[in-house]
Amino acid sequence: MERFTLKKLIHMISQREISSAELVSMYFERIKKYDHFLNSFITLNQESAEEQSLIADKKIHAGNYDLLTGIPYASKDIFCTKGIKTTCASKMLENFIPPYDSTVINQIKNSGAILMGKTNMDEFAMGSSNETSYFGPVYNPWDLERSPGGSSGGSAAAVASGIIPIALGTDTGGSIRQPAAFTGITGLKPTYGRCSRYGMVAFASSLDQAGLLALTAEDIAIFLETMSGFDPLDSTSVEEAVPQYSDFVHNSIEGKIIGLPKEFFNNSLDSDSQRILNQGIEIYEKLGAKITEISLPNVGYSVPTYYVVASAECSSNLARYDGIRYGYRDDDTKDLDDLYRTNRQIGFGDEVKRRIMTGTYVLSAGYYDAYYLKAQKVRQLISNDFTEAFKEVDLIVGPTTQSPAFSIGEKIDDPVSMYMNDIYTISSNLAGLPALSHPVGFIDKLPIGMQLIAPHFQESQLLNFCHLFQQETDFHLQQPQPFLDD
Amino acid sequence: MKWETVIGLELHVQLACESKIFSSSSTKYGMPQNTQASLVDLGYPGVLPVLNHQAVVMAIKFGLAVDAEIAEKSIFARKNYFYPDLPKGYQISQYELPIVFNGSIEIPIHNKSMKTIRITRAHLEEDAGKSIHDKFHNASAIDLNRAGTPLLEIVSEPDLSSSEEASSYMQKIHQLVRYLKISDGNMQEGSFRCDANISLRPLGSNDLGTRAEIKNINSFKFVEKAIEFEVERQKAILEEGESVIQETRLYDSEKNETRSMRSKEEANDYRYFPDPDLLPILVGKDLINEIKKELPELFDQKVHRYIKQYSIRKVDAIEIAKNVDIAEFFEALIHHFNENYQQAANWLLSELMGYLNKENISIKDLTITADASADLLQKIHENVVSASMAKIILKQLIETNDSVDEIIEAQGLKQISDSTQIESIIMEVLESFPDQRDQYLSGKEQVLGFLIGQVMKKSSGKANPKMVNEILLEKIEEYRRI
Repeated sequence: MERFTLKKLIHMISQREISSAELVSMYFERIKKYDHFLNSFITLNQESAEEQSLIADKKIHAGNYDLLTGIPYASKDIFCTKGIKTTCASKMLENFIPPYDSTVINQIKNSGAILMGKTNMDEFAMGSSNETSYFGPVYNPWDLERSPGGSSGGSAAAVASGIIPIALGTDTGGSIRQPAAFTGITGLKPTYGRCSRYGMVAFASSLDQAGLLALTAEDIAIFLETMSGFDPLDSTSVEEAVPQYSDFVHNSIEGKIIGLPKEFFNNSLDSDSQRILNQGIEIYEKLGAKITEISLPNVGYSVPTYYVVASAECSSNLARYDGIRYGYRDDDTKDLDDLYRTNRQIGFGDEVKRRIMTGTYVLSAGYYDAYYLKAQKVRQLISNDFTEAFKEVDLIVGPTTQSPAFSIGEKIDDPVSMYMNDIYTISSNLAGLPALSHPVGFIDKLPIGMQLIAPHFQESQLLNFCHLFQQETDFHLQQPQPFLDD
Repeated sequence: MKWETVIGLELHVQLACESKIFSSSSTKYGMPQNTQASLVDLGYPGVLPVLNHQAVVMAIKFGLAVDAEIAEKSIFARKNYFYPDLPKGYQISQYELPIVFNGSIEIPIHNKSMKTIRITRAHLEEDAGKSIHDKFHNASAIDLNRAGTPLLEIVSEPDLSSSEEASSYMQKIHQLVRYLKISDGNMQEGSFRCDANISLRPLGSNDLGTRAEIKNINSFKFVEKAIEFEVERQKAILEEGESVIQETRLYDSEKNETRSMRSKEEANDYRYFPDPDLLPILVGKDLINEIKKELPELFDQKVHRYIKQYSIRKVDAIEIAKNVDIAEFFEALIHHFNENYQQAANWLLSELMGYLNKENISIKDLTITADASADLLQKIHENVVSASMAKIILKQLIETNDSVDEIIEAQGLKQISDSTQIESIIMEVLESFPDQRDQYLSGKEQVLGFLIGQVMKKSSGKANPKMVNEILLEKIEEYRRI
């Protein structure tokens, strides 16, 4: 089975080698054939997608079409889709059908791409293994015993296996980059404020950001153009011009300076990963980049800072799920308190409840200063570290994860060990910076990711670096074994 | 022991914005339940608040009018608690950095002196929806039309020392927000509500006693009654040597009592934190200057101007300026009728206000225009209609859409001020009643009243009474000479 890049599909459509209808049915066939191994989709949008593909074909036939007309994509089940279930992988929203489209979904719809379905994820995007999903874990196509990472695990597994060319994800602390690393694909978390959060079910509002998982940087560049920009419905989106990202990917990186934070290359990184990363860095050197060591002195506090801030925001963001207007409602409750308690006890899974409790605690009278306020201060210090670093370097490079994909069940009962998974990714969320993970090699046939971090709104630079790397290497072209043969 | 009462008020003022503070839903009152609640007001997954700039402008207007500081940067915070009429599970409010702080206002107190009340802060927030507990058996209903309505919460320092002062302060702020047109101040509809913090301390002491907070008082009368009840309750406790418990109490206007809602221990921990969905409100000098320019003339300035520019009696100027709607009507009235400002004031305060009070309606509910009122005043001034006819015409003006001229025409209410015409009626009467005429001439002067009555009757009440009096005396004397 051949995995197609978005670019290839656009070419095939424009050359009339395949119709949108054929493309859509081909991908649904793949999903039907392989997804029972992966569990990467929660809801399929087949009927509507097939209808849209016929309309797309008419437009294409008439020569009146855009770049993405008729191209299939999938969305993490956290983006509200009008008339299509949006569950957030939670029992709480198991039957929730939004009456509106999120801004990002709307932008993509306007670009002509076709939504094939909604992908599995950790419940409310809280998790790093996709095991907290109410709909069961997603399995890593490279090794079905392993986790594809999380929380955008469904999107990652679907793209890596070739059953969808590109998928939307969200990244609050690494939820696009870590799964991209674990499944050997490319994942971009844009700058905070680059894409609208309107209609994206909120986990931690000051950290959440929509992004993409795809096979190549080029594919991400093409798609990102359609879903970026200021949205009057999201006050935290930023009025910053959207460049034609795909025009930038070919630029030379000769003379650009890459900073390697010494805090990222310490004992917590295993030696195999270290070796592979060094090989990747050599490729960037070969491409003309200069390498220098830098320091991000406060970055070591990222994980505890993140779990205070994110939990605090989530405890408030998830207060609306009371079962009164929508969502899980138990009919057999005796009074108001019981209604709240029962709906939330049954509607939410353990990890969500753990974070709500943590967040409630850190905001409580008497603890606020010691936790929430302190965390906000540290967050500012971490952000300042990056500002200082970017005075010296163009890009920061490091690992995406400490190791390749871990086994399902390995960490789920040890929350702290699970949280430490995000040790390299969280700092860019805290600082609102754009960051990308791309494949850089393999350990025991499991992919390893490399992370690139850029200054605010420098997505084009990330995609540029990554694209040139992918022109020099073929890590991103390697496919998971179980899906090589039809 | 003598006790001193210490009161601070929190006023919740619904801002007169057309749409809600964080969504585009209408704020119109009295619409069918849940028809003015958008996905944002309903707290749907994924939706985000967007600040209504109009609410910010209104808050700044208030701040400038009470000589307060306007924060260059203020932030919204989430106040977290669970209740079914609070769809998001938190209320968006302002906590640490309010938009308005350190203001003050002068209020009239007893013996006609003034007292300065400090205003700690005024902050923007959204209203909750309404819970309806008495409409359905075994179930509560929720109406979210009000959810997200913009509120300005105005918090005073504990500078008020009696129920009268509290009521005076509340009325002063009410008057101010109506002048600024930032609220309709409609208390029946809940646009202007009050929570009162009350404590007692030994007279002369500088320490504050333990306070009780009385929630949701919605009239000037009730604020006085609630405070009076609460002061007596606390006094009784303290005089027994016991301590007042810090708690939230509810005023029941039917029973005229306050009763405990929840104690300090039962109070919610609201877990305030900055709302990450909203950017800080940044207010620059330019915006402040722009708003300053747009500030309307306020009560004190109006009273002063009425006295100086229109030479109106002070008590009348105050009475007119008390209510901005009356003041505006008055100004429109004298724009069209400028013969005699005091006469216009007299007519407005006695005739028009008399009608409004009798019918228990507000001037806003009247269809009568200042234009038409000026016409009527002009007719009175020119003696075209008598005072008693003017009353009838006013009633007609209010009840129909006719003009003053049309009413006078249709009802034949025009006063007869033509001396020839009056003279001829008088002559007819004097001829018809020779006995009464002679009685008068022989010294029985009270008969004159009878004769005047006959003239008025013959003229269907339209003869100018002053002229009738004069001409009658003149003509009757002529008979003496015969």
